[in-house]
Amino acid sequence: MDKYILIPLLPLIAFAINIIFGRGIIKDRAHYIAIPAVFGSFVLSVIAFAEVAGGKVINYDIYSWIVSGDFRVSIGFLIDQLTVIMLIVVTSVSLLVHIYSVGYMHGDPGYYRFFSYLSLFTFSMLMLVMGNNLLQLYLGWELVGLCSYLLIGFWYKKKAPADAGKKAFIVNRVGDFGFGIGVIMIFLFLGTLNYTEIFGSIGMLTGQTINIAGFNVDLITVIALLLFLGAVGKSAQIPLHVWLPDAMEGPTPVSALIHAATMVTAGVFMIARFNPVFSLSETAMWTVAIVGAVTALFAATIALVQNDIKRIVAYSTVSQLGYMFLACGVGAFGAGIFHLYTHAFFKALLFLGAGSVMHAMAGELNIQKMGGLKKHMPVTYWTFLIASLSIAGIPGLAGFFSKDEILWMAYNAGSLGKFTWIVGTAVTALTAFYSFRIVFLTFHGKFRGTSKSDNRQEYHLHESPKVMTMPLVVLAVGAVAAGWVGIPELLGGGNWIGYFLEPVLGRPEITATYTEKWMVISIAIVAALAGVFMAWMFYLLKPEIPKNLAMKFKNAHTILWNKYYVDELYDFAIERPTKWIASNVLVAVTDNKIIEGVVNGLPAAIRNFGEKLRKVQTGYLQHYAMGMAIGLFVILALVVIAAN
Amino acid sequence: MEGLGYPILSTLIFLPIAGAIAILLIKRTAETFIKWTAFLISVITFILSLPLFIGFDKTTSEMQFTETHEWVPDWGIRYALGVDGISVLFVLLTTLLTVLCVTVSWNSIKEKIKEFYAALFLIEGAIIGVFSSLDLFLFYIFWEAMLIPMFLLIGVWGGPNRVYAAIKFFLYTLVGSLLMLVGIIVLYLNTGKTFDMLQMMAMNYPYAMQLMLFWAFFAAFAVKVPMFPVHTWLPDAHTEAPTAGSVILAGVLIKMGAYGFLRFSLPLFPEAAKDMAPVMMILSVIAIIYGGIICLAQTDLKRLIAYSSVSHMGFVTLGIFALNTQGIQGGILQMISHGVVTGALFLCIGMLYDKTHSRQIGDYGGVATVLPIYAAFFMVFTLAAIGLPGTSGFVGEFLVLIGGFTAWKLMGVLAATGIIIGAAYMLWLYQKVFFMDVNPKIEGHKDINIREIMTLLPLIVLVIWIGVYPNTFLSFMDVSVQNLIDRVNTAGMVEIETTQEVTEMPTEVIK
Repeated sequence: MDKYILIPLLPLIAFAINIIFGRGIIKDRAHYIAIPAVFGSFVLSVIAFAEVAGGKVINYDIYSWIVSGDFRVSIGFLIDQLTVIMLIVVTSVSLLVHIYSVGYMHGDPGYYRFFSYLSLFTFSMLMLVMGNNLLQLYLGWELVGLCSYLLIGFWYKKKAPADAGKKAFIVNRVGDFGFGIGVIMIFLFLGTLNYTEIFGSIGMLTGQTINIAGFNVDLITVIALLLFLGAVGKSAQIPLHVWLPDAMEGPTPVSALIHAATMVTAGVFMIARFNPVFSLSETAMWTVAIVGAVTALFAATIALVQNDIKRIVAYSTVSQLGYMFLACGVGAFGAGIFHLYTHAFFKALLFLGAGSVMHAMAGELNIQKMGGLKKHMPVTYWTFLIASLSIAGIPGLAGFFSKDEILWMAYNAGSLGKFTWIVGTAVTALTAFYSFRIVFLTFHGKFRGTSKSDNRQEYHLHESPKVMTMPLVVLAVGAVAAGWVGIPELLGGGNWIGYFLEPVLGRPEITATYTEKWMVISIAIVAALAGVFMAWMFYLLKPEIPKNLAMKFKNAHTILWNKYYVDELYDFAIERPTKWIASNVLVAVTDNKIIEGVVNGLPAAIRNFGEKLRKVQTGYLQHYAMGMAIGLFVILALVVIAAN
Repeated sequence: MEGLGYPILSTLIFLPIAGAIAILLIKRTAETFIKWTAFLISVITFILSLPLFIGFDKTTSEMQFTETHEWVPDWGIRYALGVDGISVLFVLLTTLLTVLCVTVSWNSIKEKIKEFYAALFLIEGAIIGVFSSLDLFLFYIFWEAMLIPMFLLIGVWGGPNRVYAAIKFFLYTLVGSLLMLVGIIVLYLNTGKTFDMLQMMAMNYPYAMQLMLFWAFFAAFAVKVPMFPVHTWLPDAHTEAPTAGSVILAGVLIKMGAYGFLRFSLPLFPEAAKDMAPVMMILSVIAIIYGGIICLAQTDLKRLIAYSSVSHMGFVTLGIFALNTQGIQGGILQMISHGVVTGALFLCIGMLYDKTHSRQIGDYGGVATVLPIYAAFFMVFTLAAIGLPGTSGFVGEFLVLIGGFTAWKLMGVLAATGIIIGAAYMLWLYQKVFFMDVNPKIEGHKDINIREIMTLLPLIVLVIWIGVYPNTFLSFMDVSVQNLIDRVNTAGMVEIETTQEVTEMPTEVIK
């Protein structure tokens, strides 16, 4: 045993204390338990980071979890370069969100419950990233899903959050179905679920095929794609992205922590962790890259026209996760993790900033009804602006470096890579556009809320308390500086993070030239600036343009406004038919007609008999008598037969 | 392995039966005294069963705590008891759940109180008898004896449609049992006129007879499990039974069917079992999916949980007929977990029913607002039911999926869809009952009291224990399951095996 077990254990203890004593004793003091716990995890994570940076990799088992025949799996930790990056991201963002929540959730009747769930989430996420085997990853994976469910549906008295939580869980289960089978296949073919052992022996499966419905398919490809299905669910990629926008029904700190910075990136983490497996299958890699690229574009286009501030940021998250998958798919796992790490800061900041705006606007989410908030809430404005600059990819900020690394790696990766690069660059422009659409509509121009008549909303506009703005400022520093650990050589940096992660994630060979690199960077910068400029023109300079465009391209606008009708499609193609079959076929026909009909020839007669008996009211005694008679008959018959 | 100075299994069987008689002798009006007597009997039985947990030797597949007495020597009938790694946990589960059945019925049973507890204890004794009999005749007596008090429990203390449900339950199981009885007689006549199960397990019956007997026993066991398509008695029985009846039904009674497969079908008819395994696996997968989807159309709380049992027991039979270590161990663990979790869910529903007297899902909504502690307990059991890792539901289900997938990939994949469907109906149920607007019908009700909390707490502990450290329980069955699998795998290959041994021996000597 060593100190690192405390990293997940401290939040678990905090959870246990708050969930048991929170209701009766602790109440609105729950954060006094939760915050020190996560702070402790953060400090230990920094220590772990220092130790790994010093060249040590920690890998040990704590206890045997499940042992059944030759199936053995432990609870244990693998703390390497990839893990410590995740540890820093998870514990630091979690700590800041904890602090922010003290202000944001103040006065909520479920205050203790909220902090319990946050602690449970932190524990689960840490178990997920620290595990040294696939089943522990799965454990953490499902537990974070549970926390997501509980926190999305935190305000369960309303229907929408309750629906959204359930949807998140079930959609994720679809992904987990694939993931679970992938886990089982790995065990079946390699006899182990331990990372080190899997990666050591996965090469043996090269060239092996498995027969699926008459086709011989490459075994490693099948395994990789099954795992990827899990990632698609958890990280909200097409076609399982539908739960994440709805997840915004949860309290905003939850959106920042779980549905932006940490849990949804678990899919990317898993792919990166399994890079030795994915690298062996070109098909799987290209699937990852293309799903990522298409999702990035798809979600960005939806974000262009939405008006709900949190949903725009949610679609933005889906899009940015697409970037990360794109990176992994072209073999640049390091770039994917780098973007995961910078994204955690600027996206958490965007959500917490949005939360601060909602706080001031009494829960209003529609950016069309905001405007001019800049002067009322300067800290929120400036930090939000920094986050937007960062996500837009403006040079010098965190998002720029990580996105540039991805685009560059995509460009570098052959002809399909070039395709993903083009998509990625286009998404850069869209990202800049929709991000600044929020900035301009929310903070600039005139206030468009319910101010004129009763002076209500505008009167209440105020900056959030310090306990909320302080995390914004810290995250803003991250949104600027987090990227500096990965400044490419081209711009005079050392790309420290790339080299740091290389032992775990490798680095693709660079074939493109120096000039091409400058070209990729320049185009990305131009795209980003163009996006910001267009947003400025559309929403500040000539506000009539968006309306005219929407009129002119009415069909396209309607499709985007309705998010390509994916929810409707699922409802029509899956949900309704299943429920219909359940009640109109299984209950009404199979169970009640066929089975009951065949098996119940006798009971039908009994029913009549029973009803007659009920009428006569001599009732039960005769039934018992009959029952006993039959039982006795059986035993006596046996004795008689035995005697012969 | 005797270990103790007294016949522990006989005690566990006859203490409740004696208790039942004692309770019947108490004056009818002394209700509190009856309840406390019942509570004491159940607790003492539970405590006396603990040596099975502590003193069990996990290194052998031999029967333990055995007792053997001649009974009707002329007919080869003996009174023989014993438990191994497959059966011991079920005895413990039975004694534990009986205690909880007593406490949960405290205020909900208002009529014929002493008869109720007497019936409950008769069931307990008979079920322990089923799990520990080593003589087929004795087994059959307990198997049938259990029927009568269970029939009464449903038929007397049940819901409005209790008579129909009770008769349906009785006839379904009886028809199945009769076929088994024929099978038992055939076995008896072909095993040198003895009912000794251990002796039977050492026999190699001709293949045609194995096949016939497999299906004869199948009739009895499949109905009990219940497997698709003979499951339709279960929703009715569960729905109409009083809470304690549902808990016993779901918790241990339906486990008798799966136990039967493990104790008889596999070791006695190994070749038939191997050949019929694909059919069994298909029926299991149908049960998993069918039982799950049909839950989505339920409007009655207990009916929904009953159908979910069909689905969960599908996992159990899938694991058993995967005929490999993970499958069978997973199946047994899934049975224990299902007993705990579904037992707990029925306890929970019973507690709610005591307050509102409605089982209709539509009569609820917002329960989490009115009864927050209750809602938290129900949540944990819901999560265990949908197999969340860290709870008991996960380990068994996952091992079964490994086993099932290993045996037949397609069935493994299809069974895995059960985890999606399970989440869908349980979370749907939870939302309808606990979330959203408070239904006026439940407004003003008090949260569960300390008696009810103490009833649920042991089960929460088990849910987490099995989920976090399942090896405590897996280690019980390890050797016995391995022995069973060896028996199935080597059946019909006796000659080949001996020749192998002959050829292998010298090489070992040379080494």
